[in-house]
Amino acid sequence: MNCVLGPGNILHDTLLFRVIYEWVGQLLPCWMSYFVAGFVIMLLLVNGVLLGAGLFSWVERRLIGRFHNRIGPNRWGPFGTLQPLADLVKLLFKEDLTPAGADRIVFMIVPVALVAPVILMMAVVPFAKDTALVNLNVGVLYILAVTSITSIAIFMAGWASDNRYAMFGASRGVAVLISYEVPVVMSLLGVVLVSGSMSLDDVVSAQTIPFLLVQPMAFFVFLAGTSAELNRTPFDLAEAESEIIAGYHIEYSGVKFALIQAAEFGAVLTSSAVMVTLFLSGWSGPASNYLGWAWFLMKIGALAFIFSWVRASFPRLRIDQLLAFAWKFLLPLSIINLFATALEVYFLRDGAGILVTTDLWIMAGINFGIAAGCLLVFGTLIQDKVRPARPISGVTLSSPEVT
Amino acid sequence: MPIRTEPMTVNIGPQHPSTHGVFRLRVTFDGEEILEVEPIFGYLHRGTEKLAEERNYTQIVTLTDRLDYVSSMINNQAYCLAVEKLLGTEVPQRAKYLRTLTAELQRVASHLIAIGFFLQDLGTLGTPLMYAFRSRERILDLFEMLCGARITVSYMRPGGVFFDAPEDFWPALDQFLEVFETEFREIEQLILENEIVMVRCRGVSLLPLDVAINGSVSGPVLRASGLAWDWRKMDPYDAYDRMEFDVPVATGGDNYDRFWVRIQEIHQSIRIVKQCIQQIEPGPIRADVPLVLRPEPGAEAYGRVEASKGELAFYLVSDGGISPYRCKIRSPSLINLTVTEHLLVGWKLADMIVTLGSVDINMGEVDR
Repeated sequence: MNCVLGPGNILHDTLLFRVIYEWVGQLLPCWMSYFVAGFVIMLLLVNGVLLGAGLFSWVERRLIGRFHNRIGPNRWGPFGTLQPLADLVKLLFKEDLTPAGADRIVFMIVPVALVAPVILMMAVVPFAKDTALVNLNVGVLYILAVTSITSIAIFMAGWASDNRYAMFGASRGVAVLISYEVPVVMSLLGVVLVSGSMSLDDVVSAQTIPFLLVQPMAFFVFLAGTSAELNRTPFDLAEAESEIIAGYHIEYSGVKFALIQAAEFGAVLTSSAVMVTLFLSGWSGPASNYLGWAWFLMKIGALAFIFSWVRASFPRLRIDQLLAFAWKFLLPLSIINLFATALEVYFLRDGAGILVTTDLWIMAGINFGIAAGCLLVFGTLIQDKVRPARPISGVTLSSPEVT
Repeated sequence: MPIRTEPMTVNIGPQHPSTHGVFRLRVTFDGEEILEVEPIFGYLHRGTEKLAEERNYTQIVTLTDRLDYVSSMINNQAYCLAVEKLLGTEVPQRAKYLRTLTAELQRVASHLIAIGFFLQDLGTLGTPLMYAFRSRERILDLFEMLCGARITVSYMRPGGVFFDAPEDFWPALDQFLEVFETEFREIEQLILENEIVMVRCRGVSLLPLDVAINGSVSGPVLRASGLAWDWRKMDPYDAYDRMEFDVPVATGGDNYDRFWVRIQEIHQSIRIVKQCIQQIEPGPIRADVPLVLRPEPGAEAYGRVEASKGELAFYLVSDGGISPYRCKIRSPSLINLTVTEHLLVGWKLADMIVTLGSVDINMGEVDR
């Protein structure tokens, strides 16, 4: 039997799928090998993301330990690397409680609904040359669509838990996610404009220089927006530990809690992967035909480190300040960036609508100028709010009189 | 058409990571905004005042450790001052210096906890808290050298202190002062002018001076509202009359000012510690008091100190027996809580947690 995916098939461009399909197709009927190829890819994806999440949970705990002047988990396995496994075993054996007043079905769906988008996001990201699990021509749009499932999942969690803290967390989470979706989408449009495609493979190949340089403001907005969507400090309002304990997942325990945690740690990795692809030229680098995956992983690691660093350093914003930051600061920035990019693309592209590397460098220069100007303007506007009004030595008196 | 919304009542505590002990607040929210607050406490009530009536005067020192368990030295000091007033005992100079020194170290430790947890309540992931604890550990190590205990020290006794400082205490103290300077500067650099701290704390939960005075508020909370009121200056006890230090005062009365006053007080405390090291001289460390104290029947005494959280006082009445007839504790945390409603109503849930942290209550002291 010779099974061949024709060019008309949506999965034709997906090299990994095609190779497995055609190889297995020599032994099995075509419909079965189609199924097997799909299953193998699914297995790779789910396990890859969840293992990565486990590994990252250890990395982050070690990192934050160092930020705290402590050691971090170091007991189980070399340097404590098996700690995630120990955590998992512990959580699996814990009692899986469902509150009496909970909406059982919705309560059960939530962990899955939180993990699924994290895994699905990874499907369109190319790890190396031609290795995206699915090479979608609307990859960017797909990522945006999939990640917005999270807001529904968070609200489901809050609603189903029948807990007031969870309700606080959920309403905060939804407000944050909806607000930050807008600037994030706007900032991505700049990238799409420059690369001229929504397919992540094309975005990577369009980055003869990383889009971080071409779109500095979009990167900043996307970074801030992503940390808000990931619920990480300084934007971790939905699960603000010191205020509403764990927020929307306060009632979750055992396996469900493990899944929610996996989703949280995995989301950092997959979001970093998306950012690497969109702004840091993905898998490309020296010898990227062979070492693409290594570059890709290194860049993810660097971004994940930045996320941990920010998490360890900053206090939390209040909900009104957080929303104001999205609507009054990030959104204008992303709109300015979008307009500037659109104009630049309009004037710089050649007859065939292609931007060469020189054009990108010119854009980088202009955009850095605009970014600096915007930060200066916005920085001045909020200055009186963030600077100490009094000299830090303050009013002191040496000896008050006894009256 | 307006959306029909209902206020929601939430119990914050008694099991909550940010209530600093088993403290409970029944809060009615309109969305995130606070409409009503009802503080409920008593979960940690151990009957200290009653227990004191059944122990002799020296034994009560151990009870005072467990009031504000992060500033045991100062509690010891307040109680011992009250007993000495009751007996009319004069404390030897060296003991006075040792008491002042340990009390100021304890104030630093207590303020470090206050600052660390305040920033934890602000949502930092423990980094400033761990920085603060790193320095606090060193202070506790010093206490361990002095008396073998770190938290429940029971170091002071009516008439003086229990032990003289061992030989190696003084070099260790010098080393601590050196290290502490760097470590504390790190905390200040990390957080004192952080933009998010500024936005979150400036102008939030204002405490006007008249409300503070009417509520009998004391300590850093009062000084942050603009009154230079410090018992170490107004009614000097132990060796404070020979110490040179400033009373940090802020005028805003907001969360940031309360936080800032504590930071400045740490600097002043270190100043006092340094002066103690210079001025202390060899000599007896305890007045010649009998093993079992029996004050005159009907004698009354009110011993007060400026504790890390405010005015801490013990009011003792003697009936001539070996135990006090009545031991009343004026604990600053409890009195400072009386302005809770004024501080919280109208602000948001997130502000509430931060404000509680900035008032710096300790449930061991509130409930006694």
